[in-house]
Amino acid sequence: MASLEMEVEHEIAAWRSFVASGPAVAGRDLDELEAHLRDQIADLRHSGLAPDEAFLIAVKRMGRVDEISHEFAREHTGRLWRQLVAVTGDDEGGSGGWRNAIAFAVGAAIAFAVGAAIAVQVARLVAGFPGDAPSWLARNASLLVLPFVAGWLAVRRELPLRGWLWSLAPFALGAVIVNVYPFDHGGATEILVATHIPVVGWLALLYAYSGGAPGSHGRRMDFVRFTGEFVIYYSLIAIGGGVLMALTTAVLAPTQVDVSLVSQWVLPSGAAGAVVVAAWLVESKQRVVENMAPVLTMLFTPLFTVMLLVAAVAYAFTGPGNAFDRELLGVFDALMVVVLGLVLYGISAREPSTRPGWSDHVRLVAVLAALALDLMVLAAMAARIGDLGFTPNRVAALGLNLVLLVNLAGTAWYIGRFVAGRSGFARIERWQTAYLPVFAVWAAIVVVVVPAVFSFE
Amino acid sequence: MQIDKELVAASATPLVLAILAEHESYGYAILKRVRELSGGEMEWTDGMLYPLLHRLERLGHVTTEWQASPEGRRRKYYAITVDGRAALAEHRLQWAAVTRALGGIWGGGDMPALAFGGA
Repeated sequence: MASLEMEVEHEIAAWRSFVASGPAVAGRDLDELEAHLRDQIADLRHSGLAPDEAFLIAVKRMGRVDEISHEFAREHTGRLWRQLVAVTGDDEGGSGGWRNAIAFAVGAAIAFAVGAAIAVQVARLVAGFPGDAPSWLARNASLLVLPFVAGWLAVRRELPLRGWLWSLAPFALGAVIVNVYPFDHGGATEILVATHIPVVGWLALLYAYSGGAPGSHGRRMDFVRFTGEFVIYYSLIAIGGGVLMALTTAVLAPTQVDVSLVSQWVLPSGAAGAVVVAAWLVESKQRVVENMAPVLTMLFTPLFTVMLLVAAVAYAFTGPGNAFDRELLGVFDALMVVVLGLVLYGISAREPSTRPGWSDHVRLVAVLAALALDLMVLAAMAARIGDLGFTPNRVAALGLNLVLLVNLAGTAWYIGRFVAGRSGFARIERWQTAYLPVFAVWAAIVVVVVPAVFSFE
Repeated sequence: MQIDKELVAASATPLVLAILAEHESYGYAILKRVRELSGGEMEWTDGMLYPLLHRLERLGHVTTEWQASPEGRRRKYYAITVDGRAALAEHRLQWAAVTRALGGIWGGGDMPALAFGGA
């Protein structure tokens, strides 16, 4: 009898590891399923069955493992996300098909990266950069690169022709506006357009990224993850590229080779191509970053929280009125965007089904501190506008701060409710995903409406 | 009599919520309660209960807590939330409408009481 017990223990362990092979079944779920199986076995044995018989019936009642793991995958799409490559591989059928799919994916990514690099080089030659630096180059820079990311995503998502048109239309429209508007050279509106059009362009990628379903909240959350991981990957590539550039320059300096060629040809092409490559890496090498991302947010969220608290307390005491000059306002806007990004990314990297923990409390404190700072900035800004009137920069800054204020307030509210156990984590995610279009709309207003209102000064 | 698969699936959420409205419970006990309530006529695949429970958790309809059973087995207990009770009330209204409609044409007398009605 004892050996029979042992055998059943082995069977249970084997069943557990079989279930564990499903991509979306996590460790705690296995514990839960195993506890269920053991309860069932215990009950069946209680009614007189032998251990092995009880095991067989319990497993049968549990259902087919592939069906269970399929059902788990439908519920936990976030966990499945890291398996996207494997899943498309399955669709192709067989390992040969998978290999072809990978070769195709690599080929497509490289082709689009080269396309972006060529586009940037052509523009650079036309502009005569770096000898000459016309401002249209800065306005158009993101429009030269991001359409290639959109195109690559459209290929990857196998969008139909209509999907292609929708993916690329925003860039065509943006190009028309950016180049038809009669900007004063080096004026405030021109700089605002140059800084805001990349935001519009990036958010326009959502259409292709979501496979033509930009309204889906799940896809939008994936897009947020995609954005955060893109930033990490792009930074890593940039650091590596920087080291490569520096060494190349140093090595070639004593020779007859003109070193400035490196910064003219390699640097812009590399920076443009790396955008597509980073997007591709995020999509296909998901696992590598997924292990790193939660660690990074866990590390930096508390640090930023402390910094925000110190800043909020300091400004509350010194009084913000005269301290907020123009440069400092820019710094605060950047800080707010970084905090929001950190919170957003922390939310997207978090396993939604776990209970509120210390990291959620820290996040709440960070958001509240940012909210307090944002209110002070807004008050200072309102006073400034009251004294000196509206300028394009003040309108853009005021709008951005209001957009951030509403988002932070909503975020604080839903995190607070979640931490208090009054609502689920899904509400926080839903608030953020529902808010994404607001950022796009505001950036688009700065690009399209603000220059016209201020007569392109 | 075996109840149709689609019907089982459609009634699963209100049934689970109603059972949890009685008191907090864990997966295996919830399934036993389903069998008991339906007299064994609602055949669930045990493993399918858990993705459903996890969905309810994600929606904030239930909260969870790991506890040790008297036999020392770790179990994940599910408890209904205020949101969950609201969802359950909504489900009840919908099912009442369905049973009213069916009862209207079949004659109310022989409509069996719905298992989850007693929450």
